[in-house]
Amino acid sequence: MAIVEVKVPQLSESVAEATMLQWKKKVGDAIAIDEILIEIETDKVVLEVPAPAAGVLVELIMGDGATVLAEQLIARIDTEGKAGAAAAPQAAAAPVAQAQAAAVSNSKAGVAMPAAAKLMADNNLASGSVAGTGKDGRVTKGDVLGAVAAGASAPKTVAASAIPTGVRTTSLPQVASPAVNLGDRPEQRVPMSRLRARVAERLLQSQSSNAILTTFNEINMAPVMDMRKRMQERFEKEHGVKLGFMSFFVKAAVHALKKFPVLNASVDGNDIVYHGYFDVGIAVGSPRGLVVPILRNADQMSFAEIEKKIAEFGQKAKDGKLGIEDMTGGTFSISNGGTFGSMMSTPIINPPQSAILGVHATKDRAMVENGQVVVRPMNYFAMSYDHRIIDGREAVLGLVAMKEALEDPARLLFDI
Amino acid sequence: MSKQFDVVVIGAGPGGYIAAIRAAQLGFNVACIDEWKNDKGGPAPGGTCTNVGCIPSKALLQSSEHFDQANHHFAEHGIEVKGVSMDVAKMVARKDMVVKQNNDGILYLLKKNKIAFFHGRGSFLKATDGGYEIKVTGAAEESLSAKHIIIATGSNARALPGTPFDEKSILSNDGALRIGAVPKKLGLIGSGVIGLEMGSVWRRLGAEVTILEGLPTFLGAVDEQVAKEALKAFTKQGLKIELGVKVGEIKTGKKGVSIAYTNAKGEAQALDVDKLIISIGRTPNTIGLGAEVVGLALDERGAIVVDGDCKTNLPNVWAVGDVVRGPMLAHKAEEEGVAVAERIAGQHGHVNFNTVPWVIYTSPEIAWVGRTEQQLKADGVAYKAGSFPFLANGRARALGDTTGFVKFLADATTDEILGVHIVGPQASELISEAVVAMEFKASAEDIARICHAHPSLSEATKEAALAVDKRTLNF
Repeated sequence: MAIVEVKVPQLSESVAEATMLQWKKKVGDAIAIDEILIEIETDKVVLEVPAPAAGVLVELIMGDGATVLAEQLIARIDTEGKAGAAAAPQAAAAPVAQAQAAAVSNSKAGVAMPAAAKLMADNNLASGSVAGTGKDGRVTKGDVLGAVAAGASAPKTVAASAIPTGVRTTSLPQVASPAVNLGDRPEQRVPMSRLRARVAERLLQSQSSNAILTTFNEINMAPVMDMRKRMQERFEKEHGVKLGFMSFFVKAAVHALKKFPVLNASVDGNDIVYHGYFDVGIAVGSPRGLVVPILRNADQMSFAEIEKKIAEFGQKAKDGKLGIEDMTGGTFSISNGGTFGSMMSTPIINPPQSAILGVHATKDRAMVENGQVVVRPMNYFAMSYDHRIIDGREAVLGLVAMKEALEDPARLLFDI
Repeated sequence: MSKQFDVVVIGAGPGGYIAAIRAAQLGFNVACIDEWKNDKGGPAPGGTCTNVGCIPSKALLQSSEHFDQANHHFAEHGIEVKGVSMDVAKMVARKDMVVKQNNDGILYLLKKNKIAFFHGRGSFLKATDGGYEIKVTGAAEESLSAKHIIIATGSNARALPGTPFDEKSILSNDGALRIGAVPKKLGLIGSGVIGLEMGSVWRRLGAEVTILEGLPTFLGAVDEQVAKEALKAFTKQGLKIELGVKVGEIKTGKKGVSIAYTNAKGEAQALDVDKLIISIGRTPNTIGLGAEVVGLALDERGAIVVDGDCKTNLPNVWAVGDVVRGPMLAHKAEEEGVAVAERIAGQHGHVNFNTVPWVIYTSPEIAWVGRTEQQLKADGVAYKAGSFPFLANGRARALGDTTGFVKFLADATTDEILGVHIVGPQASELISEAVVAMEFKASAEDIARICHAHPSLSEATKEAALAVDKRTLNF
């Protein structure tokens, strides 16, 4: 019997602990090498834990929903085990996972303590579906409570093992806790996912440490829209990606940042740190919550490269596959509320940055040009900035620079 | 010529003789040394527990309990008894017989397990290539050699500075168990376990008992609610307990003992008693062990320094029981003894301090395992509590003893049992269920869902578990 240990992978430096989501395999199951056994959620990302060796899962040491540290032992695999086969020489009757587990070690995995058994039944959890942390692997009441809180309870359609990571989340109002109060004023308590909790923390931190102020301006999107219409087909053919609006916004933002470097700076104690590079974060909504992956050296990226990268981020976010390295750092951010139809908003700065651009929905509005009322597709831009280091002048002029660059894209070409 | 063994155990108290037997079971060639002498000068293995602790005190508690029942409770049952009297000498003789039965029992067990027993004091002679040489000083001088040494030399009663034990007027637990006649007035300094038990015995037999305790709280290590209930019960029984006392001069004369003290209010007081028992704790015993000869490390209390596995600073020298850190309980010594024997055999013994039960054999009995409510509060642990009084338990009513309650403390989120506290009849037995439950990391609901026989006191345990969820059925 050769036992291989399964451990929590290295977490990044700023991540101290993580939450186990749900075991995809149970004790007694056969495991292929690299097969994903469980996902572990940190503040920023969801990490997959692949099996380090092929064999049979013989022990689950930490259960669903448990809090773990980097390198912590969470399970054991017997590389010489046979799933479900009896270890004793006598031919086993039914290859039962429990028998295998018991034969391998003094394991009582799968055995549920009385209260745990009732809870599992109440929540339609099949025997063996909750990892046990009790003596010899018994399933305790706490284990089941944790599994239920992590969304394991099956309103029959949601079979836990079949759901891809992006969809099954803790932040969706699933049956995270039994709804209290029968009657017409029900309440349901859903614990925040780790990511949501972390986002909440950082937003609050930003609000309380930055002197946030927001300045607005309106952009006539007609020139950009025309250019886009004209170039779309050729752009797509040439670069294999659609020409969106975000690449324009990024270019315009970088243009403004170069003119007014303080918008691209950070506060560190009593110092202002001017960054000589442009890492622009693009706020993306994911099923788990808001994430802000970074376009590194955005000033050196072409329109096509920007579009491609953003599309990649979007997909990764949806699949929950954004890495920690995708999201650390950043000197400025852009948030697009327009995709959902927002007219105007006051974005919150992403610490340790000092400013953030919010773009919104483009709508035809009645505007006045040369004394005439005309219809123009208008977009309200909002830039929230940290007044500790950015004065109204830089903020307003920065936004004006973006407006000018977008309303006359030639400016981008000539750097003016 | 040195007699050769695999393991030599110094001390045959609960820690020592159990370690010796376990080691023998694991196939080792074992010798066990113990110096305790009985009245006739013969061997009396079993240590403090058997000779002047657990066993004799339980015997006296039982005898005195019967006397109390006959005097005050038989009438309720319709039993008419006249002229109940107490023959203290006979009670003490019975106690001695119980003790001897235990001594003999241990001697028999040692023989049965082919352990060589030596009557005398064991001490380190020197370290050798193969281990250590131990000298036995007794009726005959012996020299033993072994690779592994397990020290289980126990503890001694701590004396009040300036007031040495004479075991006539100033008594330790030893003398307290050999009082020849019921003292009219008995004083106790210290309201710990031993003090309370001894005070109970003689109070039941008719003594006027006054307990002087230095701490401002009664039974500080016990759960507050339980301590409160116990104090109420003891006071009702006639035990006078004074807390926050500062003891001054103690004078021993022909008439008895005079204790000058300052009470909690700061008033000067005086107490005159026939006999004074000092029970202010115990100190680890390494007298004559020869620790300095081999460089065995002791701490500032005089205890042998050991790690989590009971290993001392010397290779292959282990120490267990009262002579090392931890609760001074016989069963803790036994667990450590077994664990050490298993470790010597290359196995992995383990002692879980969090599931070691504590018992005070007064009436009502007090027993607990795990953490107290005040400990959980101090640690900021979120918990739920549930308790059930014996007053509402059918068996207790039939027994005629309905003092006390069972209390459960469970984790607020997972419902895992964090502590169980019992004051009442048979608490010492009832606590075992809680210990087993905690070892299995059971939740309060688990106990509530397990079938308990009716009618039994253990149903109070089940109901207390239900109380955690605020759904008792019988209260």
